[in-house]
Amino acid sequence: MPETPTTAAPAPNLIYCRCAYARVVPRKVKDGVLEALAASGADFDAVPDLCEMSARRDPRLAEIAAAGGATIAACYPRAVRWLFSSAGAPLDGERVTILNMREETAEAVVESMLKPNDGEGR
Amino acid sequence: MSGAGALSLPVLRVALYEGRGAEPLDGAQRFAVMQTLLDRGYRVTRVGAGGAAAPARADDGNALAVLGRFTERQPGEAVADSGGRVWFRDIAGATADGVAAVVDAIRGECEVREPGAWKPWFPVIDFDRCTNCMQCLSFCLFDVYGVSKGGQIQVQNHDNCKTDCPACSRVCPEVAILFPKYRHGPIHGGEIQADDVRREAMKVDISALLGGDIYAALRDRSAKAKSRFSKERDEERALKERQKCLVKLQENLDIPAEVLASLPSLEDIQAKAEAAKARAQAAVDAAAAAARQEG
Repeated sequence: MPETPTTAAPAPNLIYCRCAYARVVPRKVKDGVLEALAASGADFDAVPDLCEMSARRDPRLAEIAAAGGATIAACYPRAVRWLFSSAGAPLDGERVTILNMREETAEAVVESMLKPNDGEGR
Repeated sequence: MSGAGALSLPVLRVALYEGRGAEPLDGAQRFAVMQTLLDRGYRVTRVGAGGAAAPARADDGNALAVLGRFTERQPGEAVADSGGRVWFRDIAGATADGVAAVVDAIRGECEVREPGAWKPWFPVIDFDRCTNCMQCLSFCLFDVYGVSKGGQIQVQNHDNCKTDCPACSRVCPEVAILFPKYRHGPIHGGEIQADDVRREAMKVDISALLGGDIYAALRDRSAKAKSRFSKERDEERALKERQKCLVKLQENLDIPAEVLASLPSLEDIQAKAEAAKARAQAAVDAAAAAARQEG
């Protein structure tokens, strides 16, 4: 039986937000990023909508914040930072990198997500 | 289901399990399955051979579906150490839509939130900019804002917010209110330029000319229009000017027509506005008193 459900292990530090309920993130970019992540074989957490998780104060946001280092592909860094903060899970700006799929290309986002972790946030 | 109730329900999460005891999917299959599930509103964690399984635990009150091409027999359903329910389903040979149907069926077996039932549209406060002036609390008629025990403005009723209406961000003098799904900056969270601050300040001035009763003025617009034929010429012209101004104001604040159409009566608007102002003033007074005590 898979050990998945109850095993405590380090969570993936790659987070992908689909922004599934709005059309503000270009489809080409969000599909391109998801496709490359899926092809990479990396473990990652794909969420339909970080805004919704923030409103619900989803415990996963606190896990991400507590873990320290993470790379999040979503939208504007200022928005993502305050979404986490309003859910009671402020991010460590030094160790978390937020990539903006509304402005950057899929290639640039994927390159930043899959590069070896240098422990520096953006 | 509306708002607060729906938001408090647990969610069904999905782990795409490709670790020990399961065969991996190829990249294209993995992409198709994840894309389909995400677009249906499910959160998906890809768990590979390394077994980084923490986000797939069922110990946070949510339900969990573990999907995989299992090489060993699975129990079908299990209970995690924490008491959370876990479903195992073999997805060998299933298309992406077939996998989604499997997950939908599991959702039907448990009481979890319906994905996508609420479009997450609500204000997010940038506390690096907010001065706690309470203008947003005074302005919003839908009780989205409230005040913390410590006297700080906060978003309390996310699902009361009217979808696609960013009007409160337009009356914020500090450009401190974001709507991450808004089309334009800086309200969408982009960096703020000096011009943005000037432009927003100008809109606040326009609203101030109307005594702050923006919603009441907009609501009043159609009622006034109905009686325009009984007016003298000069009054008619004045009315037209005022209407033009209000249309401009509605455009400036980007208030959707649907929101205007759903506004309560003028009396209710005025009563709500008064109550909100009183709450805001009480919060400001309490904060000032606390500051004096600390000083």
